[in-house]
Amino acid sequence: MLDGSEGYAVQKSMEILVALGEIFGAEKLIKISSVQVAGVSYHNLGDAGLEYLENLAKLGARSQVITTLNPAGMDLENWRELGIDEDFAIKQHKIISTFEKMGIRSSCTCTPYLVGNEPKKGDHIAWSESSAVTYANSIIGAMTNREGGPSALAASLTGRTPYYGMHLDHDRTAQAKVLVRAKLDSVPDFGALGFATGKKLGNKVPFFVGIKQPMLEQLKSLCASIATYGGTAIFHIENVTPNHTTIPTETITVENEDLMNAYEQMNDESTRVDFIALGCPHCTLDEIKKIAELLKGKRVTREFWICTARQTMRLAEEHGCAHVIRASGAKFACDTCMAVAPLKGRFKVLATDSAKACYYGRGTNSFQTRMGTLMQCVNAAVTGEWK
Amino acid sequence: MEIIRGHKISSGTAEGSVLISHDPLSFFGGVNPETGIVIEKGHEIEGVSIKDKVLVFPHGKGSTVGSYALYRMKKDGVSPKAIVNVECDPIVAVGAIISNIPAIHRLEQNPLDFLRNGMKVRVDADHATLEVLD
Repeated sequence: MLDGSEGYAVQKSMEILVALGEIFGAEKLIKISSVQVAGVSYHNLGDAGLEYLENLAKLGARSQVITTLNPAGMDLENWRELGIDEDFAIKQHKIISTFEKMGIRSSCTCTPYLVGNEPKKGDHIAWSESSAVTYANSIIGAMTNREGGPSALAASLTGRTPYYGMHLDHDRTAQAKVLVRAKLDSVPDFGALGFATGKKLGNKVPFFVGIKQPMLEQLKSLCASIATYGGTAIFHIENVTPNHTTIPTETITVENEDLMNAYEQMNDESTRVDFIALGCPHCTLDEIKKIAELLKGKRVTREFWICTARQTMRLAEEHGCAHVIRASGAKFACDTCMAVAPLKGRFKVLATDSAKACYYGRGTNSFQTRMGTLMQCVNAAVTGEWK
Repeated sequence: MEIIRGHKISSGTAEGSVLISHDPLSFFGGVNPETGIVIEKGHEIEGVSIKDKVLVFPHGKGSTVGSYALYRMKKDGVSPKAIVNVECDPIVAVGAIISNIPAIHRLEQNPLDFLRNGMKVRVDADHATLEVLD
């Protein structure tokens, strides 16, 4: 493949993988079974990225394994209602159709594991999107490094990835025990736990003790938060996660006050909210049902986005809860999210239930942020006030 | 003429004059993609153009979109001719490869020590060498 006998696109992709392998000391490339590609939003890719992708597609690049995409910069169908301008939409559609030409599925979500890209324990895969990477490694037990957009694409076009890091048992072993003494109830509590742990441990691999029967939504929130604020690509939870590990001696504790501190860090001063966004990572059907219950019979007065995969939204339509949400004035933002859509300057104060969304809301969009429960977010959407 | 050995990142050969930055560089946000001029506030080579230089810096930093930004600069003719890193990172490596910019790293001697701005050098990435021409 490296000699160009399978075409220029494959050759370039192999060059990328071999160079990365050399940088990280990989002894070889290995075959993979699944890819998640980040770098999909036109907001992040720009014309340069679009040109690169178009060139690859023109040269005959084809994905070799199941490959899904990260969120795009807009809802691919309902972009006008979300206030996206037409020039942006044209470019974004070009990006998506270019990926499709390469045989990549155009389901744009940060939760590929909810929409059919579901690796098994022990599978070697090449995923980008740090929350999905952490979910795949920790909760599913698949094996992937934190890929960037181009290296994940190269993996898709060759079916291979360099063998180092998270593909080796050694690097997945727990390095510090995290004794969770804090009371964990809601999804944002798990985001706060990820923040507190990430700040204390950096990219060390945690072994959590004291987290009992967490729900998928809570784990998804923890994955997103710990990857954002710490940098680890894997964690272990006693009696919950599937990977084997030795139990480290170094021990830290997370107390109620650590969680309270995390909430303080996520919450800016302003109580006048003008943008509410849920679904970072993308909402599950169950989350959408809960939001619908809270919204029933109410009318929102602020821009309210429910970010989710298009497939999940369709399920919500079948279950009848999508109708309740739309009737309230809240909007589905499928294929996209508050972190990758071009939102800078449109809003001042974001309310969300996600610690990760706070990071990107502040960093990329210069929003003030408010983090709390689904009920607090829905109330803010109705009244415009954070309580 | 002195020849220093290193490791290949991205294949190809190029000659040019050296531009040194001791600060890490971000091609996305740190460099104007239309002019090749470094725009990061307070950066060691802020205001300097990287166009057609043999750009010598420790390693990249910042967003993975930096790889695409380098690609765009190459297309617009404002990219460096070659890249010499102390220890290359994935963003610069991928950017150099997709842009066909020769790049090497891990030289026998630290290039930030023995190279000076304006020196004429040849980077032969295929043989993983850097040759000082004057």
